[in-house]
Amino acid sequence: MSDSQKAGLQVMNGKHRDHRCWSCGDMRAEHFCAACGHVQPAEPTDYFAFFGLPRKLELDDAGLEREFYALSRKLHPDVYSLASAREQAWSLEKTSQLNDAYRTLKDPLSRTEYLLRLEGIQLDEQSKTATELARASGVDKKQSVPAELLEEAFELNMLLEEAKRGGVDEELRGQLCATRAGLMARLKTMRDELRAAWKRWDGGDRQATVQMVDVLNRRSYLHNLVRDINEALD
Amino acid sequence: MADDRVVGIDLGTTNSLVAYMGTGPTLAHPDEPGKGVFIIPGEDGSNLVPSVVALDHDNHMLVGNAAREVLLTHPERAVYSVKRLMGRGVEDVQAELKLFPFRLAEDLAPGEVLRIQLGERSYTPPEISAQILRQLKRNAERFFGAAVKQAVITVPAYFNDAQRQATKDAGRIAGLEVLRLVNEPTAASLAYGLDKKQNGTIAVYDFGGGTFDISILKLQDGIFEVIATNGDTHLGGDDIDNLLIAVAVADIAGDLGLDARQHPDLVQRLRRAVIDAKIALSSRPAAELEVELPDGRLYQRTITREMFEQMIQPIVARTLEPCRQALKDAELTVAQVDEVVLVGGSTRIPLVRRQVEELFEREPHSELNPDEVVALGAAVQAKILAGGSAETKDMLLLDVTPLSLGIEALGGVTAKIIHRNSTIPASATEHFTTGVEGQTSVAIHVLQGEREMAKDCRSLARFDLKGIPPMPAGLPRIEVRFLIDANGILHVSAREQRSGKESEIQVQPSYGLTDEQVENMILDSFDNAERDLAERQLIEARNEAETILTALAKGRHNPAWTMLSFSEQRKVDELESRLRLALGGTDYNSIRRWIDELNQATMHLAELMMDAAVGSALRGKNMDTTDVGEGPAAPHPIGKAEFS
Repeated sequence: MSDSQKAGLQVMNGKHRDHRCWSCGDMRAEHFCAACGHVQPAEPTDYFAFFGLPRKLELDDAGLEREFYALSRKLHPDVYSLASAREQAWSLEKTSQLNDAYRTLKDPLSRTEYLLRLEGIQLDEQSKTATELARASGVDKKQSVPAELLEEAFELNMLLEEAKRGGVDEELRGQLCATRAGLMARLKTMRDELRAAWKRWDGGDRQATVQMVDVLNRRSYLHNLVRDINEALD
Repeated sequence: MADDRVVGIDLGTTNSLVAYMGTGPTLAHPDEPGKGVFIIPGEDGSNLVPSVVALDHDNHMLVGNAAREVLLTHPERAVYSVKRLMGRGVEDVQAELKLFPFRLAEDLAPGEVLRIQLGERSYTPPEISAQILRQLKRNAERFFGAAVKQAVITVPAYFNDAQRQATKDAGRIAGLEVLRLVNEPTAASLAYGLDKKQNGTIAVYDFGGGTFDISILKLQDGIFEVIATNGDTHLGGDDIDNLLIAVAVADIAGDLGLDARQHPDLVQRLRRAVIDAKIALSSRPAAELEVELPDGRLYQRTITREMFEQMIQPIVARTLEPCRQALKDAELTVAQVDEVVLVGGSTRIPLVRRQVEELFEREPHSELNPDEVVALGAAVQAKILAGGSAETKDMLLLDVTPLSLGIEALGGVTAKIIHRNSTIPASATEHFTTGVEGQTSVAIHVLQGEREMAKDCRSLARFDLKGIPPMPAGLPRIEVRFLIDANGILHVSAREQRSGKESEIQVQPSYGLTDEQVENMILDSFDNAERDLAERQLIEARNEAETILTALAKGRHNPAWTMLSFSEQRKVDELESRLRLALGGTDYNSIRRWIDELNQATMHLAELMMDAAVGSALRGKNMDTTDVGEGPAAPHPIGKAEFS
């Protein structure tokens, strides 16, 4: 995940800003002046705040989409093609924030990762970016195998080794598919586990982050196993 | 009024078109009411301008059909399919050069923008494209009798940053302010969406002359949200032609003992012949190839549709994988796609239709002419950007970046910072630092593509962050912001955070023209253009005035005239004499003004006449009545051959 999301946090803690409209001088709302409706300069903001949402994880997907469309209609550069260069630049900045925010919040996993980052919690080794980088560079990523998966992971690695050496015959294909089905079922139950952690967080339990990190780490581990199987089967 | 005409341009590999979304009927163009969206024809009356540029014997630049004739007789004086070279470096085009008779300039330095030899000069691909754009601009100016300065230009959805930048440069060189680059399949969806206000998921399969795109969109209450896109910027009807030419060349070598490749004009005649055969095979079971060799012998061959389909099957198959990938990226199954729309001349081939139907398990739509629909959509977007109208009020395009953006990290790997299919504008911020004490610059390599190693991705730019205050290694904190704008073009800005000063950074594109180069090209090409324009405007305004006066003379004999009120008639009479007076002088603005006023005053008359004509042979060129659904029998992009 990129640093762009950290940037938001730093500025959030930054100095107090003037909230007067550049155009009419009135006090303004977040994106547009409440009085004259003009778009306001883009300021670094966290993605929940951009949508005027509390930092909670249970999200009304349809509502988020509606808000995304409504803000797009008002902020998009298409709407400002006849406006001043200054407003065009703000529209571009604001729309990129809007799109970045929507992309991050609409996906349950990236939303969870983003919240953890806002809370100062690093997912480091298991995060998507770390996985990608390690994969690309061919470096073996340090990762702790979740205890309950030790035996299964060991067996799977034997199968994958076999596939690498001698190719995938019918029998091996069957075994890999069965293993994959088991892993997929487990991934599914993790969604419920994550939901449970969300509920705790939204209810004010700050310890829920520990559960979230645990679920995300295990999920990422399982996900990588599934990916390895898919590659062997291809 | 004359300045706000924003046109939509489809700058195609094989053909280019210019379109406009108009507002009301005029008396001078009673059967082209100008209402709705329509294609602006060229001087020769045809909607398609072949994307061919050539030099005539006096070294004048020719564009379109005239240039295509030169291509047949003097192939060394003509350039076609230049879109394939846009935004590419010498090392990218080696495969292309084997198939296309591009003559690169001999003095090309490594890393320099390609230049193509044409006559005594060499031109970059954006300059050649600019010739085509300028022709379209002239066509539009002739049509309006007024200058056209702004345009929306379409590009393949799968175009990378360099190819987009090159297209934008071409617009600038042609004297057009490019308000927006719009992805071709997305533009097509706008044209389709204009009259069918409905919600759902659509797939646009766009198989053109040189490029293939697939885009999957979600339509909701006028919002056109692209969910995923994929494609191949070097796959199109051109490839089918080259395949057929290769077969013919092999035939001629084997049966007639002649190496056709030694005769460029013969190759071009073969090209012409296989294109005709390809088009014929869309509606007939067999077609005849017949080409005269330089020694007078005749090469003849029959191609059946069965043979044709067998030959092109691998090419058509190459379009299917991107479709599957786009569906996967959109997290959709085939059953969740409500409609499939066909765009591009190559979708007239029956095999293509069958394969698309098989893959998506439904019959694809092709109500709008697949050659024109992209330009029509570009005109709709142009209208939106020009302030919109009642029809476009709720329409908004949300497009995506087709390729992931990354930076080269340690060990030559790509670290992705903006993933493909992210809605644009999109941004990412990265932090960099120094590795050596006192280091004052950091090199950054920006990439585009999906591959894991930097060397396998497209290099967009290498630049240095310069002017970093000397500090111990690892202490500077340089924030670099990457922003992909609504055109899909990347902007980079940087700031050193420890010292708090905005540092000056230079972004040097890996391929592409510098601003200064583009400026020089604009100057180069505008030697006489402005003066010419003034003269042309006057001539055209006079012509238009004559047209409207003639139309008015006829209108007075129409029963509709008597339906006007007395004061309406008086007003028309008065404006008529004012226009006649202005015609006596050489003041363009005055003629223009009275044309516009007379147009305005006769609008009611035009409407009454049109109402009366409804049901008769009146056939406007607006969206609702554009030639539709002709299927395989309709002409191909290059089908309207004036010579054979």
